[in-house]
Amino acid sequence: MVKRVTGPEIEKLIQLLAKVPGLGPRSARRAALHLIKKRDQLMGPLSGAMQDAYDKVKICSTCGNVDTADPCTICTDPTRDQSLVIVVEDVGDLWALERAAALNAAYHVLGGTLSPLDGVGPDDLTIAALVDRVKTGEVKELIIAVNATIEGQATAHYITDQLEGMDIKVTRLAHGVPVGGELDYLDEGTLVAALRSRTSL
Amino acid sequence: MEWQDEGIVLGMRRHGETSAIAEVMTLAHGRHLGLVRGGRSRTMRPVLQPGNRVSLTWRARLSEHLGEFRVEPVSQRAGLLMQSAAALHGMRAMAALLRLLPERDPHRHLCDAVEVIIAHLDDPTSAGELFVRFELALLNELGFGLDLARCAANGSAVDLVYVSPKSGRAVSKTAGAPYADRMLALPDFLRTDLNETADPSGLEAGFRLTGFFLDRHVYEPRGITPDNARESFIIATLKALEKQQMA
Repeated sequence: MVKRVTGPEIEKLIQLLAKVPGLGPRSARRAALHLIKKRDQLMGPLSGAMQDAYDKVKICSTCGNVDTADPCTICTDPTRDQSLVIVVEDVGDLWALERAAALNAAYHVLGGTLSPLDGVGPDDLTIAALVDRVKTGEVKELIIAVNATIEGQATAHYITDQLEGMDIKVTRLAHGVPVGGELDYLDEGTLVAALRSRTSL
Repeated sequence: MEWQDEGIVLGMRRHGETSAIAEVMTLAHGRHLGLVRGGRSRTMRPVLQPGNRVSLTWRARLSEHLGEFRVEPVSQRAGLLMQSAAALHGMRAMAALLRLLPERDPHRHLCDAVEVIIAHLDDPTSAGELFVRFELALLNELGFGLDLARCAANGSAVDLVYVSPKSGRAVSKTAGAPYADRMLALPDFLRTDLNETADPSGLEAGFRLTGFFLDRHVYEPRGITPDNARESFIIATLKALEKQQMA
């Protein structure tokens, strides 16, 4: 029988850290020990930041982004083109596209993709809210930036079908050769998609 | 326990942070699930997309265990399927139908049929007809096959234009005339006495026929609400067929 060597508070800290993505029990112990050793420089400020986030974080009722204000910073930013909306699967994708800084557009977070295996239907996503947003007439183009998966593309087609007959341009991200990609390692589908969307030099 | 086989990926579900549980319609071992370690990695995620043909090695300590798959790509077609709405919805609809089969129950010719359909999903003329025939074959495998060879009333093998919703048997024009409003239409491309290809109205009748028996014998008794993949495939195929005919 293993004897307990730490107090229940530290055990609880380790257990909770182990639930964080990327951390298992061993790395959670290391993280807990690191925090305890840097109690004032790191543990205190971290717990304060976590408490602040817990108290203030909201989900934007317009686009589904996470922020401390509702509507969020993106939806209320006057320098953004609110007539151009990029539709993403989740907030992580929104952050990735913002890091790319390719377009100064607004966003809409679906909350996932249609997935019969996981029991996710249209009512489980924010598709109805997206359609309502388009109906206001403020959105001129929708860029559907979902993952290049069967489920992602099926969701894209479903959204397009829901918007049929509305005065809106619906586009999707190009599929093709990734930067640094070697043709020899790519699948047939990617190669065909890349060839079909070739451009002039 | 270990076996090797090939199959078509039907779907994938996340398992933990790095792994996935893949669902594959295998040639000799039926619809089979297995854990794929590292299945969510950048190299494996494209391989585990529905529609791809893969080579599998399945290992488990006991036969009843979930087991692990070691997966190698044979033909990665998912990217091609994503190029058209009909192909995309068709693959999803086929995967949903194959999930009606019990696990680990081999159905080699259904597997072969799926391969043929995938190869024709971008051709609306063939895709719709092949899909209806696939649904008929699936109903047969589930024990609810339709008998479209002879008239249920008079045994005739010609002029079969109806299907009885009660018995699932074909009925000739003359025998079925008094009950025409209660009968399901048998489209020309399914008649054994003709050699016709499907047109839009024939396809609609074909889908209505198979959809009726799928609802009655499979979905309703199991309390399943089918997802929108089949309906989306039918709409996309009929649209593509009409566009093709107008061109």
